[in-house]
Amino acid sequence: MKLAVAIDGSDNAFRAAERAIGLAKLIPSAELHILYVVDFDHATRDHLLSQNDEEVIYKREKHVRPVQGLAEREAVPAHVHWLKGKPSDEIVRFTNEKSIDQLFIGSRGLNTLQEMVFGSVSHQVMKKARCPITIVK
Amino acid sequence: MATLQQQWFGNIRGDLLAGIVVGLALIPESLAFAFIVGVDPRVALYASFTIAVIISFVGGRPGMISAATGAMALVLVSLMKEHGLQYVLAATIVTGIIQWMLGLLGVARLMRFIPNAVMLGFVNALGIMILMSQLPYLIGSNVATYVFAFVTLGLVYLFPRFIRIIPAPLLAIVIMTSLAWMIGVNMQTIGDLGTMPDTLPVFLWPDIPWTLETLRIILPYSLALAVVGLLESLLTANVLDDLTDTSSDKNREARGQGIANVVNGMFGGMAGCALIGQSVINVQSGGRGRLSTLTAGVFLMVLILVLGDFVASIPMPVLVGVMIMVSFTTFNWGSFRFMKRAPKAEVAVMLVTVAVILATNNLAIGVGVGLVMSALAFVAKTSDISVTGKKGVYYVRGPLFFASTAPFIEAVAALPERSIILRFDDSALWDESAVGAVVKVIDRAKEKGQTIQIEGLNPQSEALYASLQR
Repeated sequence: MKLAVAIDGSDNAFRAAERAIGLAKLIPSAELHILYVVDFDHATRDHLLSQNDEEVIYKREKHVRPVQGLAEREAVPAHVHWLKGKPSDEIVRFTNEKSIDQLFIGSRGLNTLQEMVFGSVSHQVMKKARCPITIVK
Repeated sequence: MATLQQQWFGNIRGDLLAGIVVGLALIPESLAFAFIVGVDPRVALYASFTIAVIISFVGGRPGMISAATGAMALVLVSLMKEHGLQYVLAATIVTGIIQWMLGLLGVARLMRFIPNAVMLGFVNALGIMILMSQLPYLIGSNVATYVFAFVTLGLVYLFPRFIRIIPAPLLAIVIMTSLAWMIGVNMQTIGDLGTMPDTLPVFLWPDIPWTLETLRIILPYSLALAVVGLLESLLTANVLDDLTDTSSDKNREARGQGIANVVNGMFGGMAGCALIGQSVINVQSGGRGRLSTLTAGVFLMVLILVLGDFVASIPMPVLVGVMIMVSFTTFNWGSFRFMKRAPKAEVAVMLVTVAVILATNNLAIGVGVGLVMSALAFVAKTSDISVTGKKGVYYVRGPLFFASTAPFIEAVAALPERSIILRFDDSALWDESAVGAVVKVIDRAKEKGQTIQIEGLNPQSEALYASLQR
C-alpha cells in the first residue's frame, strides 16, 4: 500500500506526517512517500534569502529531515521526493501518476478571507487527486 | 549538461508554447522600460528582440529570458537625459565588451563573494526605484489616470488566481485599452511617447564622436551596466538551475550577455540582461530549452509589427499600473522577516545598500558600498580571538591574522606565569602579521623574564612560522 504525505515545514504538515507514519506502522506492506514541493513563486525569494545554493538546499532539508527521522525510528520505509512547480498541481500529479492509495496533507490554517485570496493547497488537492485524502490541522 | 541538440530541440512543444507566453508578457514591460529611460518604445522593443534572439544561441543557461530590463533602464536614465540616444547605444556596446571580457576572466566565481544581504538590497532598491519612476506620472494627474492605473493594478493582481495560461499584464492591458476606447476617455498613449517599430531593427553604428572624451562619458555607465546586468543574469541563472534541476555554464552566460549587448547596441537597442520574473514564467509555462528564448524574441517582434497600432493606443496609465505590479514583485517581501531574524550586521548591509542606491540613483555604487561593508563586517566578526587556560598552559581560540593581532598581544601580555605554553590547536596563523605578533609576544616575555613556548600549530601555520621567524 502506498501512502504519501505532503509537507511544507509547518506544524500541521508534521502532524499529517505523524498520522501517515502511524497508519503505515499498522500495514505490513506500507511504504511512505514524503513529498516536498519547491514553489516556483518562492524560488527567487529562497535564493535571495540564502548565501548560496548549499544554504538553499539545507533550508529545504530542514523541513524534510524531522519527518524522515520519525519514519526511520518507527521503521516505516520512506522515500523523499523533491517536486518543483505549483504545490497543488505537483502534489496532485504525483499522487495520480504513482497511484497513491492514501494522501495526508496539513491544512494551512488560513482564515476565510485568506482562502479567498490565496486559495488553499489542501482544497485544490482535494478536488483533483484521485485517492482518499486526510487533511490534518 | 545536455547536448546542444537537446538544448534546442529536446522540448519543442513546451518551448514554443512557453516562448509565445513570454513573448506576450515581454511587450508591456519593454514599453514601460522605454518610458523609464525616456526613449522611443522601439529602442526597448528592438533590444528585447535582439537580446532574446542572440542570447538563445550564445547564452549559457537554456530557457533563461533576457531582454530590456528595469535595472538596466534605471542606470541609463541620466545618460539619456544628458547626452541622448546615440550615447545610450554606444554605452550598450561598451557594456557588452566589458561583460564578454569578464566572462572570459571567469567572473562567475566572483558571484560567490557577493553576500545575499547585498543582493537583497539590490532587488529591494530596484523595486523601490521602479515604483518611484512611475510616481511622477501619477502625482497631480486627473481622476481618469488614477482609476485606470489602479484598476489595471487590481486586475494584474487578481487574474493569476483564475487564469494562468495568458499573462495577467497582457490580459489587463487588452481589457483596459478596449475599455478606454469604448468609453472614449482621452489619455496619453504609448503612441505619444514616440514611434513604434514598423521594420526589423537595422544595423547602425552609433552616431557619436569616437574620442577619448566620449569614452570618458560612457565608461562609468557601461561599467555600472555590466555589473548590474551580470548580477541579475547570474542570479536568474542560479534560480533556473534550481527550478529545472539542471546546471549551467555561468561564464558562458556572461560572455553571451556581452555578445548580445554588443549586437543589440549596433541594432539600435538599449542595454538589457536576464529577467527573473519572465524566466520563471517561461519555466512555469513549460519552457526549458533555447528554442523558448528564441520563440519569445521572434514572437514579440512579429506581434509588434502586426499589432503596432493597437500597442500604440495603450493608455499610459494602464502601463503605469502594470509597472507598479512589477515593482511589487521585484521587491523582496521576505526582507522584513530577514530583518527580524538575520544578524544585525547583515541587516545593516542590506539597508545601507538600499540607502546608497536610492541616494546615488546608481545600483552599481550601492552594490560596491554594500560589498565593502560586508567584507569589513566579516573581518570584524572573524577577528574574535581569546586566550584562556590556567597553570601556564593557555589555549588561543580564533584565527590570528591582521585584524586580531592587537587583542592577542594584549591578552598574552596579561598572563602572570613565568613559564607559559601557548597552544594553537584551535587557532591558526593566517598571515605575516600573525607570525609577527607571535614573535613579538615571545620577545616581550623575555624582557619581563618570562618564557613562552608555542605548541599545537597546524602544518600550514608551522610552515609560515618557520619560514618567516628566523
